[in-house]
Amino acid sequence: MSTSIEHANKTVAASAARNPSGKGPRLGHGRFVHVWFLAPAVLALLAIGTYPTIFAVVTSFHQYNLTRVRDGFPFVGYANYVSVLGDSSFWNTLLTTLEFFLVVMPIEIVLGFVIASLLHREGLGFLRSVARVTLVVPLATTYAVVGLVGRLLFNQDFGVLTQAFRAIGLDIDWLGSVGGAFAAIAIMDVWQWTPFCALIFLAGLTMVPGEIEEAARLDRASGLKLFWHIQLPFLLPGLTSLLILRSADILKLFDMIFTMTRGGPGSATELISIYIQRIGFRVFDLGTASAQAILLLILTIVLSRLYIRFLYREASA
Amino acid sequence: MKTNPLLRLGHLVGLILIIVFMLFPFYWMLASSLKSQADLLASPPVFIFKPTLEHYAEIFADEKVTLAILNSFIVAISTTALALLLGAPAAYALARFDFRGKKDIWFWFISNRMISPIVLALPVYLLARNLNMLDSHIVLILIYLTFNLPIVVWLCTDQFAGIPGELEQAARVDGAGTFTIFARIYLPLALPGLAVSAIFSFIFSWNELLYALILTRRAAQTAPVIATSFMSGYELPWGKIMATGSVIVLPVTIFALLVSRHMIRGLTMGATK
Repeated sequence: MSTSIEHANKTVAASAARNPSGKGPRLGHGRFVHVWFLAPAVLALLAIGTYPTIFAVVTSFHQYNLTRVRDGFPFVGYANYVSVLGDSSFWNTLLTTLEFFLVVMPIEIVLGFVIASLLHREGLGFLRSVARVTLVVPLATTYAVVGLVGRLLFNQDFGVLTQAFRAIGLDIDWLGSVGGAFAAIAIMDVWQWTPFCALIFLAGLTMVPGEIEEAARLDRASGLKLFWHIQLPFLLPGLTSLLILRSADILKLFDMIFTMTRGGPGSATELISIYIQRIGFRVFDLGTASAQAILLLILTIVLSRLYIRFLYREASA
Repeated sequence: MKTNPLLRLGHLVGLILIIVFMLFPFYWMLASSLKSQADLLASPPVFIFKPTLEHYAEIFADEKVTLAILNSFIVAISTTALALLLGAPAAYALARFDFRGKKDIWFWFISNRMISPIVLALPVYLLARNLNMLDSHIVLILIYLTFNLPIVVWLCTDQFAGIPGELEQAARVDGAGTFTIFARIYLPLALPGLAVSAIFSFIFSWNELLYALILTRRAAQTAPVIATSFMSGYELPWGKIMATGSVIVLPVTIFALLVSRHMIRGLTMGATK
């Protein structure tokens, strides 16, 4: 009995040696069997992802204004792209998006690192695990609800944060002024995404070999030296992915801002996704909005190429 | 090892601050949903108040709200089931077969996750409008696959790749075909990965606002859309808004706590190793 299994194993091993992928000629083991497994998902994604994208490209070459259906939807060539690229409000929106990234990212990184260090430090085991679990709460909170809560917290008349800031001498018209609204959405973003940074850094810190960290502490290396020479190399891969993932997120950011400020006052908090939504669904100029969306897509593709090059290359190597 | 008591105190205070910072907006939402209108509008804000369930009674009596919550469940559960049905076999192929272009297909799946929803929302709105399919569950269920399929494929490829290949060889010897091996051996062993990806898929679908806002009107409106719709007029019904918000957030928070160990994997799609 056992010998026959051994024999069978040998046969399998031998056939596997002839055919490195281990696929024999038997029924259901054909060369293209993987196609049957992949086809449903690939076809679905082509239908719901790729086909609409192509449709958007086509739309972007037409005048497509739903408030002027009577004009029809004539082909206009590059006209939409020319007008978008020459439109200062489009560039201002991209600039606001970049500013937002540059404001929230450093805060989230520094706070995230501080939190990760506190969670990594030995002692107070129970409190540490409670704190670690609470990090999940902001990450899971529905983005739209974060915006609604933000609107309550920063309400001019009875918002608890408005009053708290007033108590320390910062009397700001949070949602009604240009700077205030920008700061308010930034604060809500910091609340929601700092835990993400903290968890990534925590994962990096746990990869530092315990002996090395211990040896450095015994040598009375200063906290700064410990950070710079020992922890930082383990944190850098996480930091790179953070920057790229968060930049893609901020290009997508819509729900929280929409419920909190709708991009206002004026266009103070109008990030790129909010802006395109307004042109498409409040002005109903879908041709122009499609051209903007395609430009955004190109930007995203450039970013995701970077993402794949920097991040997955290491993972697959 | 003895630690400096001052450092220990600092550590303690720091950890408590983290907990307060993370929970405060969540706590404030729950507390506000339990306050009477007078307490809600009180200035300075009140921390000690007599809780009331009147706002919850109001929203659960409102058919629009209960319908929206039901819609959210229908959409999130259907799209999750569909993502697993399509994604699990694809993940199996990517994990266990060698073929040309495998890496490219994998990248293509993953990179769909990066696309901003507004890029797809415009054409999908026009296509659904032309097909008279605006305000239906099916459009949301399908469009949510654009972010759910990548997450299922990513997490399950990882899971299938972690199962030893000898099982396949042993089953082959017993004469089992490829599909039997997949369905009878690998699928059951991959259940933990399937469960985690199902939970993520549910959370992302449940939380989604942009597509739902654009593609639904009344019949298929989801919970985040109805919560947002209360934000108009001068006198905002804050109690009602916060009660709806709490009802939306509670189920996903519970799910997220279940997968908290996998949170980073789910959110980064394995970009950090």
